[in-house]
Amino acid sequence: MQKGYSRQGELPKRWENIRRNWYKFSRNSLSIIGLVVVCIIVFVAIFAPYISPHPESAGKFINFYEASQYPSLVHLCGTDVFGRDVLTRIFFGYRFSLMMGIVVLSLVVPVGVVLGLIAGYYRDSWLDIVIMRITDIFVAVPPLILALAVCSVLTPGIFYAMMAVSLMWWPWYTRMVYGVASSLKGEFFVQAAEVTGASRTHILFREILPNCIAPIFTKMSLDMGWVILIGASLSFVGLGAQPPTADLGSMVADGSKYLPDQWWIAVFPAFAIMLIVLAFNLLGDGIRDMLGAEGE
Amino acid sequence: MNFMPKPLLEIKDLHVWFKVFGGILKVLDGVNFIVWPGEKVGLVGEMGCGKTTTMKAIMRILPIPPAMVPKGEILFKGKDILQMRQTELQQIRRKEISMIFQDPTAALNPVFTIGTQLQDAVRFAEKSGRNTKKEDIRTRAIQVLKEVSLPDAERVLQNYSLQLSGGMRQRVCISMALVSTNELLIADEPGTSLDVTIKDQILRLLRELAEKRSTSIILISHALGAVRGMTDRLYVMYAGSMVEVAKTKDLFAHPLHPYSQGLLAATPRLTGGGIGEGIDGRIPEYISPPTGCRFHPRCKQAMPICKDKKPPFFKVGENHEVACFLFLNYR
Amino acid sequence: MRTIKFIVKRLVYSVFVLVGLSILIFVIARVMPGHPARMALGARAPEWAVERLREEMHLNEPLYVQYYYWAKGALHGDFGMSLVTRRSVANDIKEFLPASLELALYAGIFMGIIGITLGTISGWYSNTWIDNLVRVISYIGIVTPSFVFAIFFVLIFSYALEIFPTMGRIAPDLIPPPRITGMITLDALITGNFAIFLDALKHLFLPAISLAMGPLAQEARITRSSINDNLKKDYIAAERSCGIPERTIMFKYLLKPSLIPTISIYGLDFASLLGNAFLIELIFNWPGLSRYGMNAMLRKDLNAMTAIILVFGLVFVIVNIIVDIIVEYLDPRIRLGVERGQ
Repeated sequence: MQKGYSRQGELPKRWENIRRNWYKFSRNSLSIIGLVVVCIIVFVAIFAPYISPHPESAGKFINFYEASQYPSLVHLCGTDVFGRDVLTRIFFGYRFSLMMGIVVLSLVVPVGVVLGLIAGYYRDSWLDIVIMRITDIFVAVPPLILALAVCSVLTPGIFYAMMAVSLMWWPWYTRMVYGVASSLKGEFFVQAAEVTGASRTHILFREILPNCIAPIFTKMSLDMGWVILIGASLSFVGLGAQPPTADLGSMVADGSKYLPDQWWIAVFPAFAIMLIVLAFNLLGDGIRDMLGAEGE
Repeated sequence: MNFMPKPLLEIKDLHVWFKVFGGILKVLDGVNFIVWPGEKVGLVGEMGCGKTTTMKAIMRILPIPPAMVPKGEILFKGKDILQMRQTELQQIRRKEISMIFQDPTAALNPVFTIGTQLQDAVRFAEKSGRNTKKEDIRTRAIQVLKEVSLPDAERVLQNYSLQLSGGMRQRVCISMALVSTNELLIADEPGTSLDVTIKDQILRLLRELAEKRSTSIILISHALGAVRGMTDRLYVMYAGSMVEVAKTKDLFAHPLHPYSQGLLAATPRLTGGGIGEGIDGRIPEYISPPTGCRFHPRCKQAMPICKDKKPPFFKVGENHEVACFLFLNYR
Repeated sequence: MRTIKFIVKRLVYSVFVLVGLSILIFVIARVMPGHPARMALGARAPEWAVERLREEMHLNEPLYVQYYYWAKGALHGDFGMSLVTRRSVANDIKEFLPASLELALYAGIFMGIIGITLGTISGWYSNTWIDNLVRVISYIGIVTPSFVFAIFFVLIFSYALEIFPTMGRIAPDLIPPPRITGMITLDALITGNFAIFLDALKHLFLPAISLAMGPLAQEARITRSSINDNLKKDYIAAERSCGIPERTIMFKYLLKPSLIPTISIYGLDFASLLGNAFLIELIFNWPGLSRYGMNAMLRKDLNAMTAIILVFGLVFVIVNIIVDIIVEYLDPRIRLGVERGQ
């Protein structure tokens, strides 16, 4: 694979490329913090069953002896009304958050990007018009409302929540790639490829796409944070993971009933949401600095 | 040219540094520069040698957080601009010194009409300041647009900069500068981004205006031809300091500094001789500039002392000075 | 004249988009699993009643027929009957929309004014402590979900400090003003009832601010970076060199070009306002359209759902048109670029 193949046709050494990118990324210490925190969270999420202090708390579990305890050394974030350890549930909750981000982006990015490439390349043809008008329709509604609509007519659950968010997310990638692709269409290197008889697939994926990679990548890193945020909002109203599964948004919703006395039940999950979104934001900013592109 | 006892503008040992992410860019490294009243001084040098930075330093419009002036004085009519208070500085900007920027498109605010910007410049430059009547301001604006030979001045006032051609934009910039100048006009590569014919017109316009008002001009260019016809005296600048200064004809006839020689040799001549040879190497990185004389890495006549000490100006003739150790013992 | 042409063109286009949207929603609503008629009547209702309701709602007929009936009604302002409230959807909308609009209005004002002001200060005093403080606040604002803000503000201002009330639009013992616009603050102002106006504002403050925090931070961020970029531009230096005073430069020559990206983003930020409104309405017990809509969706109230999404779409479209007009007015490059045939 010719990684690092730039438009002018140079072939810099792969290692030098990585080192240079790392230098650009690491100049802002906030980006490093973001990267570190994201790594920690990913680690925690993957190994949650093994490293959480009270793994039984993650599912159906009732222990009224320990219910509603203040944060203490045993339960760092306290326990909820059922006696479940809040910290453990946060760890498990991160699993869902990350899963939502990964699943949604894995669906949305290929579909959105491909549509954008096609619409941009076949600019001013019926393909372009159809694709972009459909995109416009999806964009016309405030995003969360569409997700809500889809989500609520289906059985509440994390799977449908992911579908709903995906449905409202793909247009943004299409639009972005459309902008890049249609402006590149008139460039010489594309024309050169056409003239030498390259197939459409080749042109789209080997010529135009590499130029979109930087903004796509930046947007993806920033989007992880946003998707998680939206997922939390949906869970808050009960449309995400169902009880007794641990999910950050629903934990905040449950916990808000017990404010202000047992504040820790809602506050720690809330901070947990903020932390993961912040981390991905910082990471995304760092990637934007590194790739030098406009992601959002 | 009259010899006046006091220079209009004198820059003494000016240092300008820029703080950037990787370190400090030591751009200006002891600039010495003099302008006498009523004279036209040229300043030539490669792109990136610090010409614009010096001029911006004079008007104190350098972006001060990254930029800093650790050392040096800029004396205008005897007073140090760098130490002036804001009110005095404003007076200088409004009435004494003014600058024509290199890129007229960038120098005009795209979301305001020419009229707005020009009339604001007029308003603050007029003697009575804020009390001038609107019609008077407008009249003056139109008058100054006519001075730069802009046809249909009323329409230009209503236009936005994007509606004008490059040449017209440059004239507008000149008119804005004219309004707030009496003594010194700094022209930073006027007409560079324009057609050669337009550039010629602009230069001619500048010359006329200067002659009419007996204003001093500093003409910056990286093109020697432009400078030749218009200036009395010429400075050559390299990598943050002046390397040679002489009367223009003297400099063209006998360039003494190795860099000036290279510069002149590199210019293609109409009278045959083909394209000259360039100078090897490139301008230094300002983050870690060469020690001593900044030109020594590229100089074919470099000596050991050039690496250690920075050469001061040595007088080699009437109004001719060179900053090079080759002339240490000239006389 | 050009502006009118522009508005008309946009409106026509938006109509097409909204029609497409209605089809989309229609398809989603009808195709998804669930038995609306059964849900409306309850599990105990006899089969014949359910069947009759199905007939009435044309649920047994093909999709395009259903759409035809709906569209016909919609054009007459009749969005059908709500299965949940048993009233006409149009009436329901009339009742609940003003509350949401009022909330969105104030949130929008906060977002615009506070966001832009903070961003401007931050940009002008770049790299000082004020700038860093604002940047930290914006970061927090961006990553925090609106419901977290709501909970947090309620905790502090309602429980701890007891300044603001937690629920409803006005205090329960006050009589609301006569319903002219439906927005209590406006109605109170119109009828000159200052006490109610203040009370309504107090009730509005927390929800509006919670809703606005996220987009506010976004606006501040964009404004800051825009001002930062423009400060370095040559035209600012040129204006300084002509002796134009700093104050004029800041408030006139810097602000106008810097606001252009900010206002362009305003539409999108407003969209997230509308989207997040349901969370806030839920928490503060605000009788608004989003909450009504949520209920409709959960109970599979098809007519209500379709109508509400359209209403939101329409509001969003209008806001976008206004934003585009303002941007065009601010930026002659856009205004005149088209005329020069670019």
